[in-house]
Amino acid sequence: MRSPYFILVSLLLCGPALLAQDDKAKSVALFQESLKVFRHPRCMNCHPAGENPTQGQNMHPHLMNVKRGPDDHGATALKCSACHGVENNKHSNVPGAPKWALAPKSMAWQNTSDGELCKRLKDSKRTHMDMQQFIKHNAEDELVAWGWNPGGGREPVPGTQKQFGEFIAAWVASGAHCP
Amino acid sequence: MDIHINGQSVKVDAEGDTPLLWVIRDELNYTGTKFGCGMALCGACTVHVDGQPVRSCSYPLKAAAGKKITTIEGMNDNITAAVQKAWVANNVPQCGYCQSGQVMSAVALLREKKKPSDADIDNALGGHICRCGTYQRIRAAIHQAAKDLV
Repeated sequence: MRSPYFILVSLLLCGPALLAQDDKAKSVALFQESLKVFRHPRCMNCHPAGENPTQGQNMHPHLMNVKRGPDDHGATALKCSACHGVENNKHSNVPGAPKWALAPKSMAWQNTSDGELCKRLKDSKRTHMDMQQFIKHNAEDELVAWGWNPGGGREPVPGTQKQFGEFIAAWVASGAHCP
Repeated sequence: MDIHINGQSVKVDAEGDTPLLWVIRDELNYTGTKFGCGMALCGACTVHVDGQPVRSCSYPLKAAAGKKITTIEGMNDNITAAVQKAWVANNVPQCGYCQSGQVMSAVALLREKKKPSDADIDNALGGHICRCGTYQRIRAAIHQAAKDLV
C-alpha cells in the first residue's frame, strides 16, 4: 500500500487540479507531511535539546540517567556502546545500529516548533551537510535506517526509507520552504 | 571462533548471536561476571571490551572478534588495586552481587578521569543497580581510590 505522504507527493506534484496552489504552499505542505517521520519518537528520542536522551513511544527520560557526554556518545565509562551494538539485540531486546549516538546539540529537535525544526534542517552550519548530502543522509544513512527497523516490538516510522528519501528530495526540489 | 580474553586467546564453540556473558560464565568459567537482568538494565554483567565497559548480556559473541575482553578476573593494574583497597576499606559490598560490575565501571572511570566529581561518578555508574543501596559507599570508595592514586 502506498504511504499517505507518497500519495500526497504525487497529488501535489502531479495532480493538475491542485496546481492552482502556489509553489511555496506546496513546499510547506511537503515539509509538514515529512514531520510524520521527523517527529516520530524513533527519531526524536536521540535528538534531545538537553543532556539526556529520551526513550520509548512516550519519550520518557532514558533509564539510568544516561547522559549525552562530551562527544554525544555518552558519559565517561557509560558510553552508548556499553549497551547498544551495531544491530538490534534479539536476546536483550536492546536496540542497535551502526554509529549509535545522540545527534549533536546543533541538531536538537525536541522543544522546537515545526518552523524552527525546518530551519535547522536547512542550516548547513548545524547539519554540516549541504542539501544534496541532506537528501542522501535521509535516504541512505544506516543509523537513520534503524527508524524503519527498530525491532523489539517498537513502532517503526511510517513508510520506507527509500520513500522518505524521495519525499525529502521532492521537498528540496520545491524550494525547501518552511512553515 | 577465537576470542581474546584476560590476556589469552581461546577457542569457543558457540553461535555468533550468543551473549558474551553466557560464553564467559558457562564455557570459560569466569564466574566473577554476574547475570542480573539479561537486558542491559542492571550492570551486573559488565566487562571491558577494548578497555570500555560493556554489558556482556547484550553483547553478541561475534562482536568480540578481534577485540580484547577483560573480566573482573583479568583486572590487574594499579588502578584496579587502588579500587580493591578502597572497596575493602569502605566496606562497600553488602550482598556483593553487583560489585563486580560496579568495580569494572569504577576502574574505567578512573582511567579516564583522575579526579572524578560526584557527578562524574553518578553518570559513569548510573547503569549499575545495587539493591542493597551501597551507592554512597561506592562513591566514597571511588573518591578514596582517586586520592590514593595521586
